[in-house]
Amino acid sequence: MRNIWTIARREYDLYFISPIAYIILFTMMLVLGIIFGVNVLGASQAGVFGGYVPDTTMITNSMVFMFLLSAPAITMRLLADEQRMGTMELLLTAPVRDVELVLGKWLGAFMFILTLIVMTLVFPLMLNQFTVPGIDWKFMLSGYLGVLLVVSAFLGIGVGISSMFSNQIAAFFTTLIVLVLLWWLIGAPANLLGKGGELFDYLSMQTHYYDSMAQGKIFLEDIIYYLSLTSLGIFIGTISIELRRWR
Amino acid sequence: MIQVSGLTKDYGARRAIDNLTFEAKQGEILGFLGPNGAGKTTTMRILTGYMPPTRGEASVAGFDIISESLEVRKRVGYLPETVPLYPDMTAFDYLMYMAQLRHLENAEDCVDDALEMVGMEERADGLVGKLSKGMKQRIGLAQALLHKPEVLILDEPSIGLDPGQVVEVRKLIKNIGQERTVLLSTHVLPEAQQLCDRVMIINKGQIVAEDTPGNLQARLVGAERASLRVRGKADKLLPKIQQIKGLENASLDSDGSLQFHFSPKKDVRPEVAKIAVNAGFDLLELKAVGMSLEEIFLELTREEKTAEPESE
Ligand SMILES: Nc1ncnc2c1ncn2[C@@H]1O[C@H](COP(=O)(O)OP(=O)(O)OP(=O)(O)O)[C@@H](O)[C@H]1O
Ligand SMILES: [Mg+2]
Repeated sequence: MRNIWTIARREYDLYFISPIAYIILFTMMLVLGIIFGVNVLGASQAGVFGGYVPDTTMITNSMVFMFLLSAPAITMRLLADEQRMGTMELLLTAPVRDVELVLGKWLGAFMFILTLIVMTLVFPLMLNQFTVPGIDWKFMLSGYLGVLLVVSAFLGIGVGISSMFSNQIAAFFTTLIVLVLLWWLIGAPANLLGKGGELFDYLSMQTHYYDSMAQGKIFLEDIIYYLSLTSLGIFIGTISIELRRWR
Repeated sequence: MIQVSGLTKDYGARRAIDNLTFEAKQGEILGFLGPNGAGKTTTMRILTGYMPPTRGEASVAGFDIISESLEVRKRVGYLPETVPLYPDMTAFDYLMYMAQLRHLENAEDCVDDALEMVGMEERADGLVGKLSKGMKQRIGLAQALLHKPEVLILDEPSIGLDPGQVVEVRKLIKNIGQERTVLLSTHVLPEAQQLCDRVMIINKGQIVAEDTPGNLQARLVGAERASLRVRGKADKLLPKIQQIKGLENASLDSDGSLQFHFSPKKDVRPEVAKIAVNAGFDLLELKAVGMSLEEIFLELTREEKTAEPESE
């Protein structure tokens, strides 16, 4: 436990001296700012007709999309860079379990994104202030829970893939491809097959968000789905480090 | 403290180490000597828990390296061949990070001690990436010493250090080696000679010799060697001393001295001196020359084809 925390904290600190972190932060705030503006505008016009409920799902949906693109950049270096710099030898001969190492890396990245997510809370909170009757809290909370779960899975997959490379860029593109595949493409056969395609629909990452948490509904099934995917990524990372030792 | 039996490691089809068996006791400095690719790093990586062996067993500080790997890693300080550092951390932060991973109480004191031992206190707050090669090596060494480990495994510790630091680091290792166990690899033979209680010469994954540096020399030389220096041209003296019984391989060295071998049973030196003086030469120097570890090393690790007895 303690080791996970030690590793996570170093990783977390490191993000704040990397330009990527600030690019992601800036882009995210910019996009969310625009969405916020659109909503305030909508509300002020609706003021004449009354009854405009600002749409926080626009915020969470666009966050999910932006994290899909930025998670690979956040996770790419996690284990690949240790391999490249030769510091893997340090970590693998320190009294740290392989799984603690992978979990620590994942947690560091998750804490970083969590910080970003907390910063974005200003938008729904302001939206609530500036509009009447304010935001729909059910949508807002389930949407944010969805973002957390989706991000957790993105980062789990990312850290798992990072463990297989010593080149960050290779890790980045592989992660991006896998995420795009899991998010959109894997669901495609479901539409083609219609009935009988439920399995693909289940595997697709986006259905577990758009069909429930994006609509103010929270199902245990979706939470389990994202947590399983997170664990799978961390498991793959651990196994691949173990295999590397045996080579 | 270190016990190794039948250790073998294959990388695919290549056998890196082959059935190594040795041990190192507490308070002993064991030197690992061998040409490039001999398997020194591989052995050390196995002992530090970086990777498992293909076959064989080993225990370090009383714990099995495979089934009790974490216990071993707690008790070992390891300086890998390529010093593992994070260039964008300060030396202090780097060592603090390692101290925390090792759950050291009063981590800060441990870090300060380690920095002091390698003489790097002044650069503690600078980025590791901006240090010189030798300074990086010292920070790597500080990392290995951080937790005052029972067993210290150092892969070429003095590489890249300036002469002053080499002396310092050797002193440090010597000190540590008094109570703890040190396994170090080196290409620098005088280092092994000075530092190690025992030297193991390893070639192509196999131990070819293992003894104290002194014994190794005595055992391998078999014959004593001496060098004679006289004023003037020594080449006229050469045929004269060649006639002495028990004296062999006399030759004229490029620096003008005469070199010869003799059996330890019969010391021919007094006779040589007499002949030289009688022949009218001024004797300047007559001294025994032990075979250096360097020569022994070359002798033992030479390729098979040239290792055959030379016919002269
Ligand atoms: N990761 C690896 N994959 C494949 N082969 C390896 C690997 N590491 C080492 N080897 C091989 O194992 C053998 C022993 O290498 P090792 O690094 O242990 O030698 P060494 O004695 O440390 O040499 P040096 O003095 O150059 O450091 C060599 O033939 C080397 O090519
Ligand atoms: Mg080596």
